[in-house]
Amino acid sequence: MARRSDDEGFKTFSRRTLLVGGLQIVGLGVLGGRLAYLQIVEGNRYKVLADKNRINLRLISPPRGLIVDRFGVPLAVNVENFQVHMIREQTEDMRTSLQALQKLIPLENQVIDSVIEQAKKIPKFLPVKVKEDLTWEEVARIQVNLPDLPGIFVERGETRNYPYGLETSHLTGYVGAVSEDILKAEGEKEPVLSLPGFKIGKIGIEKQYDGEMRGKAGASEIEVNVVGREVRELKRLEATPGDRITLTIDAELQRYAHELLSKERSASAVVMDAQTGAVYVMASHPGYDPNLFSRGIPSSIWKSLLDDTSLPLSHKALVGQYPPGSTFKMITALAGLESGVTNGHRTVYCPGFYMMGKQRFHCWRPQGHGRVDIIGALQKSCDTYFYTIAAEMGIDRIAEVGRRFGLGSKLGFDLEDERPGIMPDKNWKYGRYSERWHNGETVVNAIGQGYVLTTPLQLAVMTARLVNGGYAVKPWITAKIGEQDKTPAPAEKMNEVREDFLAYILKGMESVVNTAGGTAYGSRIVEAGMEMGGKTGTAQVQRITKEQRAKGVKNEDLPWEQRHHALFVGYAPIHAPRYVCSVVVEHGVGGSRAAAPIAKELLLRAQTRDPSAMAMQTSPVEELKPSPETITPGKKPGREGPA
Amino acid sequence: MIRDSMFLQPEQTLFQRFMNLNWGLVFLLCCVMGVGATSLYSAAGGSFSPWADKQLIRFCGGLVIMCAVALVDMRWWYRLAWPLYGVAFVLLILVDIMGHIGMGAQRWINLGFIQIQPSEIMKIAVIMALARHFHGAGPEQVRRLTFLIIPAVLILAPVGLVMLQPDLGTAMLILMGGAAMVFIAGAPLWIFISAIAAGLAAIPIGWQFMHEYQKQRVYVFLNPELDPLGSGYHITQSKIALGSGGVYGKGFMEGTQSKLNFLPEKQTDFIFTLWAEEWGLFGGAFLLGLFALIFMTCLRIAMRCRHNFGRYLAVGLTVNFSLHVFINISMAMGLIPVVGIPLPMVSHGGTAMISTLIGFGLIMCCHVYRHSKVTR
Repeated sequence: MARRSDDEGFKTFSRRTLLVGGLQIVGLGVLGGRLAYLQIVEGNRYKVLADKNRINLRLISPPRGLIVDRFGVPLAVNVENFQVHMIREQTEDMRTSLQALQKLIPLENQVIDSVIEQAKKIPKFLPVKVKEDLTWEEVARIQVNLPDLPGIFVERGETRNYPYGLETSHLTGYVGAVSEDILKAEGEKEPVLSLPGFKIGKIGIEKQYDGEMRGKAGASEIEVNVVGREVRELKRLEATPGDRITLTIDAELQRYAHELLSKERSASAVVMDAQTGAVYVMASHPGYDPNLFSRGIPSSIWKSLLDDTSLPLSHKALVGQYPPGSTFKMITALAGLESGVTNGHRTVYCPGFYMMGKQRFHCWRPQGHGRVDIIGALQKSCDTYFYTIAAEMGIDRIAEVGRRFGLGSKLGFDLEDERPGIMPDKNWKYGRYSERWHNGETVVNAIGQGYVLTTPLQLAVMTARLVNGGYAVKPWITAKIGEQDKTPAPAEKMNEVREDFLAYILKGMESVVNTAGGTAYGSRIVEAGMEMGGKTGTAQVQRITKEQRAKGVKNEDLPWEQRHHALFVGYAPIHAPRYVCSVVVEHGVGGSRAAAPIAKELLLRAQTRDPSAMAMQTSPVEELKPSPETITPGKKPGREGPA
Repeated sequence: MIRDSMFLQPEQTLFQRFMNLNWGLVFLLCCVMGVGATSLYSAAGGSFSPWADKQLIRFCGGLVIMCAVALVDMRWWYRLAWPLYGVAFVLLILVDIMGHIGMGAQRWINLGFIQIQPSEIMKIAVIMALARHFHGAGPEQVRRLTFLIIPAVLILAPVGLVMLQPDLGTAMLILMGGAAMVFIAGAPLWIFISAIAAGLAAIPIGWQFMHEYQKQRVYVFLNPELDPLGSGYHITQSKIALGSGGVYGKGFMEGTQSKLNFLPEKQTDFIFTLWAEEWGLFGGAFLLGLFALIFMTCLRIAMRCRHNFGRYLAVGLTVNFSLHVFINISMAMGLIPVVGIPLPMVSHGGTAMISTLIGFGLIMCCHVYRHSKVTR
């Protein structure tokens, strides 16, 4: 082998090997540069991406704020319940597991199908809710048989519970699933709404203060792996519970009112503080069980509630608009006094009717009341007297006084559903019907018939303003939102009101109940110092025809829907009135017969309990702990008044 | 270098040969193995099983094999070059035929107690055969085109067979490793220039013959957003893992991307990603530095070897090793499309580890026998 060529070959080899080595170094340099670029220049961007990969933000549902009465008695609470869940990956055959479960607890076949359907749509390690509101016995049965129930486990959840159930149903309202519209409108701002099973207020206080009671969602940062399975919790921000709503309601008085009303087919009552406007009772009968709603109401029950002619879903004390009948006569009387067409001495002779031109207006008592003054007219509820003065002063004077006393418009009550009623005058009629006012209509409306419509709440407010010396109290029901006091400023005195005029009205109302011959004499309170005053009312639902009058058909013989409404407004005690009350019994025939006895019992109980004399309490009397008992609906926390 | 004054070393005893092993290279390999074991331990979530323990056992076994290979007389390897190539070639054909019968890609031959991957043997066999072929040739011969026909056949025949499997990655490795050897042996440069030009021109034609999944890989490589949850997912997640490691890394066993399985194939093809995610730029640069030292040590061995066979063998094996490293890491960094090439000594895998260490054994053999005369 030629050494020269060997030498030359080695040189070529060395050169080219060095080149290869150089390329390798350059290659490694490029890799190092690329690594540095990724880790330094783009490092932060990729860090964010890596966190996005691994961190799932899970919302923690906040506990809903409680609703309590003025003494802290809970009206709406959250009760932990037991739910049975299933995890797909822990069972070989879901159907077998569910069928085994079916032997232990009532479970519809169609639920089994839908659970299987649902489970297939989500990752197999996530639980699906099979059933909630298990009884204690069911939980025990499942727990004992868990080895035979692969994939099935029991978990605690929360549902809204209303200890008083239907007795406070219209006030509290109920909660229900978030509707699609709301989710679309608010889902961005409030992601908690999209949590499965999240409930929001649908009506009543639940709806009114939904934002306050909802609270703030907590969040849990959960590290997940590539398939979304949880690995560990990184950070936890606890949910902020919703505010507690303290109502001015006295739950026990409310319950009692309901007990009284439930003797009738459909009735409502309001008890209010004449001085402050705080509402103690706002009861409507019939009610419904709001607990059914928080769990998803069966459609059969929903349909029967809708079809019921006594409208159990309607909050009649707030939205029921009734002709006030004779309970309106105080307004006419006061308007008469203020306009000067009458005074403490003027008397009117009542032959049983009033003639306006050729038109005859009947007094409710066909044989007439004889000669009555303003107090006697109120006491005996003589229509003729009010026909007379009303015809002399005209509807506008009456309407003006009515409006001042809270009729014909919304009162700015805490619950939005409030209805305005109607306080007609000439302008109103022209605006509504483009027709002129007839004088005949004045006399009809003066006794609370015709166009006049009032709500039970308005009647209570009217009574309060009459008996408190003319202070323009407004009704309110929300005492506190969380710790924030919502008590309104004291009502101002209405400067047009003259106390000597009011004295006549009060004297008249006192004698309605406490003087023999008064329309509510039978319902007087005999307990000394607790006597009540008031005014009965009977509102025609249908005009009494000539034939009926001729035949002397008794109203109570008519079908229920055609009978008169029975009304009563009252106050107690007579001296320094504190509590006012309005009662409307739909188709109750007569105020003295159906409404006054209820008002009497309510005002008596109100004075016995005397909620206005006691300070409000801020915390609930008892926090409901999860126990088998509280799961059973219909159980009320026992409480016998604030001791 | 004054070659006249050099003398041919007398036959060495086994002990002498053992002392002559390149212990620096052994140390570097142990360091790389340390990185591998650490990463595999972390990949298993802080556990030696199922990867790190086996890898360490294989490494220990591999070290013994490596030393044994290094201690075998160089001339034996020289003589074995052709037969080994022949065996590897037959095995490759067998694998291809079996693959056809089995109606699918076939890369393995199951000998019952062990599975061999003929393409893995072929990688070394080609280098040995080329080293032997070029060993006796002077520069004038190498420059003759006719002399290059045999090397061309030696390279292209197995490349073709491996592509049939199909295993594009390994085929490219054999091709590039072989080409490197032809290059260092002194073949005229215009051959390489025109080969590269021809190769570029052939891309459109080659494209036609590519499998759909291979085309897909290229598409996705060019635009990972095409398939963010499919093939592009690997590239994207690997880059996220690397980048999020930052300068200092997330810490040992703290790599979220790999821990939470966002990173696929973390114990094999993407092991570098796991390492660099947890140890950051420092760790990544450390490993690259280790590889650089290994390359340089090997090339130095080649340069100091007196006989052409050893030179060509050492360079060829080094180039083969470095190509593994470049391809694997470039893939993990999203520089080239995803190909299933492991990172030598670090990725979990038996055959790769053993064949890599056999390769280093041969390189060390060149070192032990650097002064010996290898006759044709």
